[in-house]
Amino acid sequence: MDSFLHMGGYAFYVWTSYALALVVLSLNWILPRRALHKRWHALLRREQSSTGKAA
Amino acid sequence: MFNLLHRLSSPPSFFAFAGRALPWLLGGALLLIAAGCYQGLVVAPADYQQGDSYRIMFVHVPSAWMSLFIYMVMAAAGAIALVWRIKLAEVIASASAPIGASFTFLTLVTGALWGKPMWGAWWVWDARLTSELILLFLYLGYMGLESAIPDKRSAARATAILALVGSVNIPIIHFSVEWWNTLHQGATVTKLGAPSIHPSMLLPLLLMAVGFKLFYFANLLVRARCQMLEREQRSHWVSTLIKEAA
Repeated sequence: MDSFLHMGGYAFYVWTSYALALVVLSLNWILPRRALHKRWHALLRREQSSTGKAA
Repeated sequence: MFNLLHRLSSPPSFFAFAGRALPWLLGGALLLIAAGCYQGLVVAPADYQQGDSYRIMFVHVPSAWMSLFIYMVMAAAGAIALVWRIKLAEVIASASAPIGASFTFLTLVTGALWGKPMWGAWWVWDARLTSELILLFLYLGYMGLESAIPDKRSAARATAILALVGSVNIPIIHFSVEWWNTLHQGATVTKLGAPSIHPSMLLPLLLMAVGFKLFYFANLLVRARCQMLEREQRSHWVSTLIKEAA
């Protein structure tokens, strides 16, 4: 396990690369998901307030 | 076939289709990326010249492939949007830009992290690195131009022209290692003839490459759905969908 983490002396370079990939992919997933969620709920609220007034 | 494509390109059926396809694409992407990391970090042996540092390749090379592939999708969708004014094509081009920029950024940074221990420098102004940096600027320029034009439809036309003009950079990046003397190594997989890479190293590379590609498609669908909702918020199909959910 130690030698695995050590990566033959290249630990910093290898693990930073993989960590960055993880961060970039996660942000690419989370931010648009959140934007879609927000837009959907904004439209829902608009719909509910307009039907609320009508009733 | 054409009929199916035509039906799918209408915003409401695209929206529904994207919602159904999403979990499968994301699940496949995560599975392949996890398998690729395991194969690449644990199973594949160390390189006889580069030791363990070469394992950066399993992130770097698939990212680089994606940075080129996404640009080609963006330019092709832009061309379709210019000629036929298909809304879905406009949305796909625009939703691809930030994902492409992300992969280009990842390519450049992991390249620097690989270059430092192997070449002794984080960065050199050589043809491959410089043309990939220009690709990042093309993506950022595309996003900047898009956000500078308030009307979505005219923004789509202007950015499509930018994407098409910028596509001359794609063959330059690909062939840069053959046309110029460079520190960057040549192609080992995408060349004519058999790939000069051992199968134990090729397997994780391909797993990661396909995983990244599925991730792009899943990500594209989320972003495209969001844009569709925004552009079509006054349309009949969106209000029906919202009424059903409310």
